[in-house]
Amino acid sequence: RPAQFQLAAPLTVALSPTSLPRDLPAPLPFSETRERETRLNPRTSIASRSETLYRSTTAREEAALRAATPREADAALRRLQDAPPGALTVYVLPESSSLLPQGVDVYVGRHRSALVRAAPGLAALRARLQQVMHIMSFTDASISAALSDRVPASQLGPDAGRHFKSSLGYEITFSLLNPDPKSHDVHWDIEDAVGRYVQPLLDKLSFVANFSVASQILYYAVLGVTPRFDKDSSSFLLSAHSLPHVINPVEARLGSSAASLYPVLNFLLYVPERSHSPLYIQDKDGALVGTNAFHSPRWGGIMVYNVEGPAAPQASRPLRVDVDMVRVMEVFLAQLRLLFGISREVPPPEFLLESPGNEGLADWELDRLLWARTVENIATVSTTLTSLAQLLDKIGNIVIKDDVASEVYRAVVAVESAMEELALGRLDSAFQASKEAVTSSERAFFDPSLLHLLYFPDDQKFAIYIPLFLPMAVPILLSLAKMLREAKQSKKDPAKTD
Amino acid sequence: FQDQAEQFFRSSHTNNWAVLVCTSRFWFNYRHVANTLSVYRSVKRLGIPDSHIVLMLADDMACNPRNPKPATVFSHKNMELNVYGDDVEVDYRSYEVTVENFLRVLTGRIPPSTPRSKRLLSDDRSNILIYMTGHGGNGFLKFQDSEEITNVELADAFEQMWQKRRYNELLFIIDTCQGASMYERFYSPNIMALASSQVGEDSLSHQPDLGIGVHLMDRYTFYVLEFLEEIHPASQTNMNDLFQVCPKSLCVSTPGHRTDLFQRDPQNVLITDFFGSVRKVEITAETISLDPNLTTFESKPPKEELAAEPLKYAEQLPVAQIIHQKPKQKDWHPPGGFILGLWALIIMVFFKSYGIKHMKHIF
Repeated sequence: RPAQFQLAAPLTVALSPTSLPRDLPAPLPFSETRERETRLNPRTSIASRSETLYRSTTAREEAALRAATPREADAALRRLQDAPPGALTVYVLPESSSLLPQGVDVYVGRHRSALVRAAPGLAALRARLQQVMHIMSFTDASISAALSDRVPASQLGPDAGRHFKSSLGYEITFSLLNPDPKSHDVHWDIEDAVGRYVQPLLDKLSFVANFSVASQILYYAVLGVTPRFDKDSSSFLLSAHSLPHVINPVEARLGSSAASLYPVLNFLLYVPERSHSPLYIQDKDGALVGTNAFHSPRWGGIMVYNVEGPAAPQASRPLRVDVDMVRVMEVFLAQLRLLFGISREVPPPEFLLESPGNEGLADWELDRLLWARTVENIATVSTTLTSLAQLLDKIGNIVIKDDVASEVYRAVVAVESAMEELALGRLDSAFQASKEAVTSSERAFFDPSLLHLLYFPDDQKFAIYIPLFLPMAVPILLSLAKMLREAKQSKKDPAKTD
Repeated sequence: FQDQAEQFFRSSHTNNWAVLVCTSRFWFNYRHVANTLSVYRSVKRLGIPDSHIVLMLADDMACNPRNPKPATVFSHKNMELNVYGDDVEVDYRSYEVTVENFLRVLTGRIPPSTPRSKRLLSDDRSNILIYMTGHGGNGFLKFQDSEEITNVELADAFEQMWQKRRYNELLFIIDTCQGASMYERFYSPNIMALASSQVGEDSLSHQPDLGIGVHLMDRYTFYVLEFLEEIHPASQTNMNDLFQVCPKSLCVSTPGHRTDLFQRDPQNVLITDFFGSVRKVEITAETISLDPNLTTFESKPPKEELAAEPLKYAEQLPVAQIIHQKPKQKDWHPPGGFILGLWALIIMVFFKSYGIKHMKHIF
């Protein structure tokens, strides 16, 4: 039976009196629904429904829209809004509005709203709204990336394998690598930086998974590759094709928590030795990389932090280095976002996307992540339960404990409710249900009691039982034959009585 | 466009795991432990870290009382190469190497108290190398001289792994007698298998060392180790070269391989895709802009002290209870249908043959 995911994204369009398009089909408020179906493979399809409610702006929203910059308007509007996760609100400004800069037609904020310049007709407005939904809400591409094991590999983009799969928790480790402690005495205030910059992002994602953060400093840890000296720039260069070999020697020393089973994200900050300073990373075309950092899918990221030489050449070694955590965290947070699969679609030129700022994550980006994760969880649960059923069918004598059975029932109930909530557009309850379904189904599938051993091929069964029963059966069978002969004989001459 | 074509042929894995199993115990099976440790050494040298290797050794050769050179396991005669080294991390040792534990590691159905180093935490983008060695026969591999794993069980375990997408691609290498029988039954996709001998052939050992007194390595693994010593993390050697290792003239048995379940052409599969750990990297092009003045660092509120109950020493083995325990009453079950029928048949035949009137002589 083909599986169909029904996804609904509610959208509210607030029109101010001066920005009403001329050709509205009905007086405000009215709503229209559009459905679209995409088939990923013969067994899976996605039906997406967008319900758009057109209404007029309230007085308080109008007041908020009279702010000086789009960012302030966005912040003010957020206080008035009550959009749940998954829902978006678009405010349509008059064409001549000066709130949006020149040449910008759409401003996408940090929360769940966007400011759009009015278009001449309803059709043009709808087209613009569709572009906004493409950026801020789920797309076919993002959903098929979440279902990457059901979609043939040729249809996926290059970053389908980059982000971590949905898991109940993650461990994040920040490591400072100092290969030359004699020259550099490196200090980094990692606790402060984590508390300021990383923790807000993790708090926002706490709905998605549990996070634990650890940090360490490793001394005398060298990279696996010797960098090349470049005379023109008198610096050392790491070429792009040597980067894959950098990680391995270090990884053995990184360690991980023995108790938890969650996937680990490693972020390494490497301070090059004095003899190899300054060290820059080259990309494929030979240009220097601005961030001086690279990341590896499903593993983490590495950044090279160059230390300025001392002002006075005869300064005493080791030189004290205080790492500029802001610069470092800007890179690490960008890598963290990429590793989580939070990426932005390429916007059309007249769009202005607000940067996520210190929170690290815009609300609509969180929504996109939740959609992808929910769909991925539902797909995982259905695959797990199907394969569990197949396993139990094939091997008849596995005993199913009561708690395994109850986990399976719970998983089925949860996944059905997740599908329903998804179809209704209630994203947060859909995600919670899908998370519960995944937990239950994994617990049921990986229960240690479901191990079936003792495969008995038929020829082994013969080999064991025949030598036992054949000698015993020979006299029995012979006596049976004798009995039958006697019975036949007595029937033939019945009147032989003495 | 060329980038895309390259990507299509290259593997899509992001991490590597290795499960290396030696299934024989006793001192005269020294060569099986040396086999496994040689593969372990190569795999570590090419980059796979210990956290991603599950090493199962059924016996301890380095500290065996019969080892004239303690703390070493040699793979070449004249003691050229000590594969035991300084940082061998054995995850399953001695009696822990059982069929059950092996299948638990593969399928992931592990009791929750198992530590992280004893688990195979692979995901759908892991390439896994599974190497097994020991004594085997047509369709089975002997574990610890007391149990065996059949090729059907192994194929089912791999299918369970595929169902949960616990691997991206799997390379299975087996060095036992009649090793090719072990991969005959595989039916899950993306598996490539190599064996040291065909069905009906024995895999032979390489050379004895007169100082140690046992055969040090098996031929197939010896030549594979020689082949792997020439590989470094950046080499582009592919699987077709591995298939040519140890021809019949050197190995006496005929090594076999199976690639029909594998999607890519072995020509395009690099040795380091399975034996090494070459990571994909991407340059980080963008950053997020942070405003250092904006945030205030709220120190976490001090955690409330949880009222903990005072801990007291818990008896691990309640000896008094165990000594005075009465044996459990086994519930009596009436005999089952088959046994009952058999007895009825025997009694009926007996009395029919000998007649009822003889009963008084018997009882």
